[in-house]
Amino acid sequence: MVAARPISSSRLPGLAFFLVVASAAAMSVLVLMPLIVVFHDAFLKGLGKYLASIRDPDALSAVRLTLLVAAIAVPLNALFGIAAAWCIAKFEFRGKGALLTLIDLPFSMSPVVSGLVWVLLFGAQGWFGTWLLDHDIKIIFATSGLVLATILVTFPFVARELIPLMQDQGADEEAAALTLGASGFTTFWMITLPNIRWALLYGVLLCNARAMGEFGAVSVVSGHIRGLTTTLPLHVEVLYNDYDFVGAFAAASLLASLGLITLVLKTGLEWRHAGELSANRRR
Amino acid sequence: MTEQAVLPGPGAGLVKRPRRAPWVQHSILPGFGLSLGITLAYLGAIVVLPLIALAVRPWELGLAGVWHALAAPRVAAALKLSFGISALAALVNAPLGLLIAWTLTRYVFPGRRILDALVDLPFALPTAVAGIALTALYAPTGPLGSLAARVGLKTAYSPLGIFIALVFIGLPFVVRSLQPVLQDFDQELEEAATTLGANAVQRAVRVILPALAPSLISGVSLAFARAVGEYGSVVFIAGNLPGRTEIAPLLIVIKLEQYDYAGAAAIGLAMVAISFGSLALINWLQLFLAGRGRA
Repeated sequence: MVAARPISSSRLPGLAFFLVVASAAAMSVLVLMPLIVVFHDAFLKGLGKYLASIRDPDALSAVRLTLLVAAIAVPLNALFGIAAAWCIAKFEFRGKGALLTLIDLPFSMSPVVSGLVWVLLFGAQGWFGTWLLDHDIKIIFATSGLVLATILVTFPFVARELIPLMQDQGADEEAAALTLGASGFTTFWMITLPNIRWALLYGVLLCNARAMGEFGAVSVVSGHIRGLTTTLPLHVEVLYNDYDFVGAFAAASLLASLGLITLVLKTGLEWRHAGELSANRRR
Repeated sequence: MTEQAVLPGPGAGLVKRPRRAPWVQHSILPGFGLSLGITLAYLGAIVVLPLIALAVRPWELGLAGVWHALAAPRVAAALKLSFGISALAALVNAPLGLLIAWTLTRYVFPGRRILDALVDLPFALPTAVAGIALTALYAPTGPLGSLAARVGLKTAYSPLGIFIALVFIGLPFVVRSLQPVLQDFDQELEEAATTLGANAVQRAVRVILPALAPSLISGVSLAFARAVGEYGSVVFIAGNLPGRTEIAPLLIVIKLEQYDYAGAAAIGLAMVAISFGSLALINWLQLFLAGRGRA
């Protein structure tokens, strides 16, 4: 059953078998069981209760808000990712290293800090708090705050997929198109975009999954106003804290499905279009 | 991009070559100003400006005030808990990640690809979902929590629960850091060691492990950095008892609810500073090990 690839290890079929079983067991307990329990607990009181929880008006508005926030945050970060990758990968200029560090920075920040910084700027006692109040603009405890927090958390996803790939690809094809008389836009549209489309899709996929599933950062800026500023992950929290476990796990099952679909598409991209993803994504 | 790469195209002599600042090497490609402009403006608004606020606002309290805010028993306990358990979870992830990365790259067995895809599940599962799922599993009435209770262990609502959640979210970092190195590992080195009479244990410890060390360290440090800031998967299982199972990110949330912006910013800044300090230390360790391996 267990075939060892390298010659050296094939002398230890017993050890190989043991290691495979041990990792499968560890993965099952640590990773697979939490996934199973989400769906198990969501359907604990039957299909009727499950459907009722999902059709609840607060749940539906949470789904709508989650989709809205992702629909704003993901395209903005994708556009930024393309622009950043274009100038970093196709040109040589000083200060590139610092720029790359700054782009990666949001990955090493706590999600809670990514929410906190917006409160420090736009909260009631934030730097722009009084100005916003005078002009009757609401950012914290409103949709725009959720969007800003989500943008910060998912900031590097697309750029990070595109920069290494476009650096590998160089600028020769674009240079050839331009010397043949193509305009800058045509060159980008006909040469660059087809070259990066799968990596772009990969980055957008990861960015979107994180944007829809983000909890810590949006939790800080949301204020948890039911039906108004609760995204789907926050809706899960509200229900869970109200001891509505079936409702919480029903909403969580939607998010878990999103995660599973993302995982399947991501793995598919890694297998099918390995050559067109950045090198560290090839499997 | 050098001058040689630029071919004289049709009309090249007619178009006046745009002059660029001396810190940019000349290129025939257009859009440098536009793309850099968009990048800097967006980066400035989304990352730099907020970070300036984080760096500046704690000092409204004054130096003594910041120290006072951080040294308060509840805050100090939370920081110690967050960094301590994160380090512990990252360290446990090292052998666990090594085991999984090893079996995934070295053996062919049914279900290998599924197991490989499952490694990313902690990335893909939203943290709040992971949080309530882990709590349901490890609560005293849950399937795993009741098992642990039988041997006298309290899992959920204790530091052990936090530890389990942090192992869960940190695992993919270690596995994914190790996999490419294990995949590319030169098998001839192992074979050479075998012909020289090394047994399996000697090969693993003296040939393979030194080659893996840099990526193992980087995987562990990524897992550590993620664990320190983790919120969603921890708050549900932690129990959040002040001074005992209250993590630093939660304390930021609590301070904000009390409108103590400067205090919240102080904790946030301290977390960022300690994280960067430990990552720098780990980086140095990695360079040190890599240098020794080459010598």
